Amino acid sequence: MPKMTMVQALNLALRQEMEKDDSVIVLGEDVGVDGGVFRVTDGLIDAFGERRVVDTPLAESGIAGMSIGMAVYGLKPVCEMQFDGFSYYTMHQIEAHASRLRWRSQGRYHVPMVLRAPFGGGVRALEHHSESREVFWAHIPGLKMVIPSGPRNARALLVSAIRDPDPVIFYEPKAIYRAFREEVPEAEETYPIGRSQRVREGRDLTLISYGAMMRPTLEAAEELKQKHGVEADVIDLLTISPLDDSLLVESARKTGRVAVVHEAPRSFGPGAEVVARLVEKAFFHLEAPVARVTGYDVVIPLFNREKYYLPGVPRIVDAARKLLAA
Amino acid sequence: MPKTRIALPEAIDYLSILHEHGGVDPDLEPVIDGSLLLKLHRTMLLARRFDERLLSLQRQGRIGTFPPISGQEAAHLGAVADLRASDWVVPAFREMAADIWRGRPLESIIVYNNGFNEGIRIPADRNDMPISVPVGSQILHAVGIAWAMQYRGKDDVAMTFFGDGATSQGDFHEGLNFAGVFQLPVVFVCQNNQWAISIPRSKQTRSQTLAQKAIAYGIPGIQVDGNDILAVYAAAKEAVDRARAGGGPTLIECVTYRMAMHTTADDPKRYRSDAEVEEWRRKDPIPRFQSYLIAKGLLSEDAVKAEEAAVAAEIQAAVERAEEEMKGLGDPLLMFEHAYAEMPAYLKEQRADFIRFTAEAQKEEKHA
Repeated sequence: MPKMTMVQALNLALRQEMEKDDSVIVLGEDVGVDGGVFRVTDGLIDAFGERRVVDTPLAESGIAGMSIGMAVYGLKPVCEMQFDGFSYYTMHQIEAHASRLRWRSQGRYHVPMVLRAPFGGGVRALEHHSESREVFWAHIPGLKMVIPSGPRNARALLVSAIRDPDPVIFYEPKAIYRAFREEVPEAEETYPIGRSQRVREGRDLTLISYGAMMRPTLEAAEELKQKHGVEADVIDLLTISPLDDSLLVESARKTGRVAVVHEAPRSFGPGAEVVARLVEKAFFHLEAPVARVTGYDVVIPLFNREKYYLPGVPRIVDAARKLLAA
Repeated sequence: MPKTRIALPEAIDYLSILHEHGGVDPDLEPVIDGSLLLKLHRTMLLARRFDERLLSLQRQGRIGTFPPISGQEAAHLGAVADLRASDWVVPAFREMAADIWRGRPLESIIVYNNGFNEGIRIPADRNDMPISVPVGSQILHAVGIAWAMQYRGKDDVAMTFFGDGATSQGDFHEGLNFAGVFQLPVVFVCQNNQWAISIPRSKQTRSQTLAQKAIAYGIPGIQVDGNDILAVYAAAKEAVDRARAGGGPTLIECVTYRMAMHTTADDPKRYRSDAEVEEWRRKDPIPRFQSYLIAKGLLSEDAVKAEEAAVAAEIQAAVERAEEEMKGLGDPLLMFEHAYAEMPAYLKEQRADFIRFTAEAQKEEKHA
């Protein structure tokens, strides 16, 4: 199996789906000739031509609104936002229409579009290039919100997102676009949207995370084992919404001690929903209050101070040890 | 280097064919089959009388808030009259005559405006989009549909509607720009009814016309007398034919007037004079069209009376059917449907909890 970065794996997913299905259309700013600013769509215009890899004018709402029309007509547009910080121009189109047209039309129409956007910190970029606003989308009924954590699941989830009959917001953790490689099979692979995944088995506590924070979370789990002899159950959400709580609840009932890790701000963040589900479904199994290891409730600082904002291994280990001491 | 001048289109055409008392400019009169003219007349009359009936139903509390269309029948009906069934209409929310023309049953309009989702469902044999409430946002959907039509090699056309207020929205400009860049088969129809709730056209934009916005996007634009169904029909036909033939998009500004309120929750007396409304009443598109049809020998005073009676009976029957249908509607569990293709687990839990709660509440009520 070839070893690939997440960028290459996403490119593979787009390429194979476009080969398989001529209703898959890639569109966005600089996605064609330039291959996307992160090169996720690199070479697609050579393979499929400018009719299927569309360089659009610079207008995010226009891109999203046009994608909605394309999807209603029966195409499967995969539109790219250059950075999540510019995707809020599309909020109106996505909230008012993409997420509702199935409901509004009582099932007559649906919007099988994917809106891809790189998000999160870690790339020494300018303002508006480092936020984690996944809850904006996760709060909207009718929408799906997916975040991969590595090349292999990124490829599998993007294929599933393209085939999904509902609109999917697909956030790509750009800090790990090229940070590591994984074996990605050439043969087709999908991963169901709306299902979390256990990536490490343990009985002493539960660590829940997703996206770029999976790496420090797994490193923290390893450190807890090596230095403290503690075995952590680690769960990767993969889909933020619709949130699958079955594994979370099962794990919390087993360990009684849970920390949720994300780089989005804490208040009303994805962790808040995780905590609520655990309180509803595993309350009497909890041995300690659920910990949230998250970004602070501030604008993410420019990159020189970013390391203090983002949860890292030490903060995760610290939270875990407090949980275990409780 | 000297300062030079870049030549741009300096003028926008204004098209008006029917005179206020039904006379016609013979050079501009479109060739329209007599039966089609009578069908247009019938639909205008039906939409007007139905609009009036909806207003009285709303005042009696039998339906909820709705946006009346009176005065704008020619502007939107004339635009869709030449469309094929396979073309797509992407409406705003003040195009009821066009909606009826495209096959919307009257009772579904009552059902929808009485707060039942079932009323908005588009039948399987019709492609049009449901109404879109957020001003101007639907324009982009028509652009996407037109893109898809072009990609699939169809010779169909997408037509979208919006008001004068929408031309201030970003989505209007993005839509025209995208359609111009990709040369898409889409027709943008602006029903300039002079008022965006309380904001007059003069406060919406400094531009002399709305049609001239097309110039900035490199596409044709035309202003028409929107209370003249012949002018609207002719301008729309030209735009539709051009789009179908691969000639790209057009912006049509229909100058018309919202004779009633923005919605039934609005009181126009707060911001406009009765004299202004009276002035526009003289330009009412229906009597103008009737005078034309009578002069042409297609209609008579007696025939108009007969049409009025037929339309009234049709409306009464629709009201009765709707009220009968609504007795069977209202299953609260419908609110959990159509969120996703498959209901997520947590939504099934919420639905089950609703069923449990409702059953227990009913039991307690019986007990008490």
